Amino acid sequence: MIRALSITKSIHDWLYSSMSENMAHLVEMVLIALVYLAIFSVAGLFLVLIERRVAAWFQLRIGPNRVGFQGLLQTMADALKLVSKELTGTERADKFLYNLAPYFVIITALMALAVIPFTQDFQAFDINIGILFLIAISSIGVIGILLGGWSSNNKFALIGAMRSGVQTISYELSIGLSLLTMILITGSLQLSQIVEVQKNGWLIVQGHIPAIIAFMIYMIAGTAETNRAPFDMAEAESELGAGFHTEYSGMKFAYFFLAEFINMFIIAAIATTVFFGAWLSPFGITESIPILGVFWFLAKAMVLVFLMMWFRWTFPRLRVDQLLTLEWKYLLPLNLMNIVIMALIVWQNLIIRF
Amino acid sequence: MSYFSDIFKGIKTLLTGMSVTGKYFLTSRKGAITQQYPDNRDTLKMFDRFRGEVIMPHDEENRHRCTGCQKCEIACPNGTIEIIWDRGIDEETGKKKKKIDKFVYHLSMCTMCGLCIDVCPTDAIKWGQNFENSVYDRTALTRVLNKPGSKLMPGVED
Repeated sequence: MIRALSITKSIHDWLYSSMSENMAHLVEMVLIALVYLAIFSVAGLFLVLIERRVAAWFQLRIGPNRVGFQGLLQTMADALKLVSKELTGTERADKFLYNLAPYFVIITALMALAVIPFTQDFQAFDINIGILFLIAISSIGVIGILLGGWSSNNKFALIGAMRSGVQTISYELSIGLSLLTMILITGSLQLSQIVEVQKNGWLIVQGHIPAIIAFMIYMIAGTAETNRAPFDMAEAESELGAGFHTEYSGMKFAYFFLAEFINMFIIAAIATTVFFGAWLSPFGITESIPILGVFWFLAKAMVLVFLMMWFRWTFPRLRVDQLLTLEWKYLLPLNLMNIVIMALIVWQNLIIRF
Repeated sequence: MSYFSDIFKGIKTLLTGMSVTGKYFLTSRKGAITQQYPDNRDTLKMFDRFRGEVIMPHDEENRHRCTGCQKCEIACPNGTIEIIWDRGIDEETGKKKKKIDKFVYHLSMCTMCGLCIDVCPTDAIKWGQNFENSVYDRTALTRVLNKPGSKLMPGVED
């Protein structure tokens, strides 16, 4: 179940030789959980910093550049500040659900992170229904948002949460169908299998026109899925204060905030895996050095994350009716049509393979 | 089929918007409007229309353009300007004439509305670019704008 990176092979062997099998298994699981928690927090803080710098550059500003070299420690300092802040709540809030909500969001983000193939052997959980698992998990995250908004005892939070629900239910369809379009080529839901297929060319090249359409639909729906502008109806600062996390403070707010950025990374990582060949290098130039797979994976994911930031700082926010029109009248019919085209292409074997 | 043309038009306009912001992103290094203030204190130049404080420019011979007409004092909505004036003998004509003794400006009361500068018939007062106005005692914010021993510039009243 757990496949360790080749460097950690020795740790793996040492654990199994020094204690009983069950014990070693347990220790290894804890270790991997810690590693992923570390990845989670570091990646989250890094993405927040990147977002702030990129936003500044789009707006002809400079951005945070004082704390550490080029502001690298800025988000670390912010996190420390948030840890030290008081956790407040509203009167007559549902305390249990209120405290539970951030963990829903953060745990689903962590679970999604587990199946992502960072490189050949660096994948904690190579389940055979990988894509289905990812889609299912990413839509559980919205429960955290709904609970948070509902239990806050604040009408703005409730409106924000309900909008988030509407949005996620609608755009789940597009995410699922656009990934399904690509599954027609791979014939497998397992992420390692999907990467294997792409050794003959990335899926966006193999599937050419329908793959590009599917990618565009996926990026639109993915941006909506993470509740980011132009689909940030759930937080809509100018209308709802901060939306579902209006009443949260300190570290609980930080969980929501980090989870949002990790979700953005996850959306980019899924796109990287399904459309851009995950850890495969372009034209196989670094095939002989497997560790560089992490670099290629992160580079591709960061480009897509940048694309989503570009969307955010360019497009104005959609109204709720425009949001639903875009999904139900445009993306969904196009997606269904696209699946038929892709099916024809796979049937007639018009796939471009090297 | 306006459905598909709508989609293409939509994509086209979105890409246009992205190219605009993309250009800004690429030129942000040179074009950043942020001033890193305490660091560039020596080279910082404020914008022309920046309203820092009211100043009265003097020329090299310590002469200003204020005739003491008090229009600014009347125009000021909150009593920021106080002109203490006197009558003196004009050197050229030998007649008695109004002249300013002290042009008192209370920066602590000024709202930077600019009415005094708009109303001044001789352009004697202008906007200064200074904005570092913090002091430990607010009496330091009461300023006399005409320098000691300054005189009216000849030809202003014509």
